[in-house]
Amino acid sequence: MIEVDRLTKRYGNLKAVDEVSFQVEKGEILGFLGPNGAGKTTTMRILTCFLPATEGTARVAGYDVFEDAMEVKRRIGYLPEHPPLYDEMTVDAYLQFVARIKGVAPEDRKRRLQEVKETVRIEGYGKKLIKHLSKGFKQRVGLAQALIHDPEVLILDEPTVGLDPNQIKEVRELIKSLSGNHTIILSTHILPEVSMTCQRVVIISDGKIVAVDTPENLTRQQQGAAHIYMEARGSDVDVQQRLHQMEGVLSVVSRSLGEGEVSSYRIETELKQDVRGRIARSIVEGGFELLELRSLQLSLEEVFTQLTTQEEVRSP
Amino acid sequence: MRNLLAVIDKEMKIYFASPVAYGVLTVFLLVSGYFFYNILSVFIQRSMMMAVQAQQFGGGAPAMDVPALVERNFFGIVSTIILFMVPMITMATFADERRRATIELLLTSPLTHFQLILGKFLAAMGFFVVMLLPTLVYHVFLYFYSSPKMALGPVLSGYLGLLLLGAALISLGIFISTLTESQMVAASITFGALLILWVIDLSAQAAGPLVQEILGYVSILNHFDDFSKGVVDSSSLVVYLSFVFLGLFLTYRSIESWRWRT
Repeated sequence: MIEVDRLTKRYGNLKAVDEVSFQVEKGEILGFLGPNGAGKTTTMRILTCFLPATEGTARVAGYDVFEDAMEVKRRIGYLPEHPPLYDEMTVDAYLQFVARIKGVAPEDRKRRLQEVKETVRIEGYGKKLIKHLSKGFKQRVGLAQALIHDPEVLILDEPTVGLDPNQIKEVRELIKSLSGNHTIILSTHILPEVSMTCQRVVIISDGKIVAVDTPENLTRQQQGAAHIYMEARGSDVDVQQRLHQMEGVLSVVSRSLGEGEVSSYRIETELKQDVRGRIARSIVEGGFELLELRSLQLSLEEVFTQLTTQEEVRSP
Repeated sequence: MRNLLAVIDKEMKIYFASPVAYGVLTVFLLVSGYFFYNILSVFIQRSMMMAVQAQQFGGGAPAMDVPALVERNFFGIVSTIILFMVPMITMATFADERRRATIELLLTSPLTHFQLILGKFLAAMGFFVVMLLPTLVYHVFLYFYSSPKMALGPVLSGYLGLLLLGAALISLGIFISTLTESQMVAASITFGALLILWVIDLSAQAAGPLVQEILGYVSILNHFDDFSKGVVDSSSLVVYLSFVFLGLFLTYRSIESWRWRT
């Protein structure tokens, strides 16, 4: 549905987007993840024909964003970072205007207006002036605006930013419910958002793509080794010594927790074998008290930091 | 066409939701009404004085066409007042779309730049017409109280001139509004630009014959004089229409270049 090929955007010497390529299938939700200033918004603006690219091509539903901009614009619903609202208009008048410029046929407008207001749950607010709405409702009007012409592709730039936790949950569910009929690209710098809503993630940093995969694969892939967290009471040195003697243990980092002789240990082990049972037995046999033992899953946060800070990408 | 109407409709809604619009309308009516009253009483007094003098010294009263003089001076004054009003009308057109990021909505909609610019221009003209409409009443009064009945030609040509002058100034104001995100900056620059046009006009009147002729052609305010006298000169029409075209063309280019730079 969306094909991006070596897209580059230069501002003078600065490359905001650097040879970015990816594809999005029909009905898929793609997460665009990256720190602020990574080039997410620029990429989205190129896809929506707001900005021309310096090099490379992008096609939406088979149309080139530069050559067939009108056709692309007809098929895209776009929610920019700041919802593009006219404060002095009522919600209905605003949506009516957007429906008109997006080319919704006059006889369909009333029905579409009703439908999108139901979708984003602002039914009772049609006669309200936009400036009197709360931030969450403004965001929903922004979403309604993007949906009004029932576009094949939805591009949402940080759709949950500035909302309270309940609203965030609602918007995420809304986005999920829209997939299938719509192909969605959403950008965010919040990681859980990606694992919750997206089927695939593009991680972008300094204008370059550093990884493209499912959220699950990303967390797995970055784990070169398994990590185990343990708390035990007993002499720190002795415990460490015991651990080091064990097969499969690569490294141990310990930290005293203060009370008594309790310390926490972060143990790195080889991926192939699960050594938790043997560790437990060994610690207890050594006469120490085992307080806690669990396997650590690298969170998407850690993957993200690794990917966006290290030079070398995709270590096996 | 549908897109054009949508843009005009939206612009009108925005205009009349803003207190600035009502301020502009009120100030314009007050100032133009005050000058109309002033001009009218000055010329009535003068004509009465001339009638009295004629009586005292004998001989026929010299002909003095009060309505024509009033109209001519009134249109002259209004053309100057417009210089102060146009920046208020055009300042928000593009600057405010940029400030509130709605420009992203407009430029990612299946709407051509041409439709967008023309829509905004026509809406500004619409507002301008709404501003001028109440002043028609002055002429109606003048017509009913004039004897012999005054000629209506100069009134019509005067309004045609105001529309053309307004269109020219508005197109310039819209162009300037694309240059900044701040309405206030847009208004100030527009006002400054209009003042320069005014200064060109003034210096044309004071300059030597050759310079006067050149500046006279360039100065769009100078061309207005003909209209207030009841003369519709095709060269003035051409000057105004080319000015409008130039302003809108620059607006188009400015948006394009802005897209490439942002």
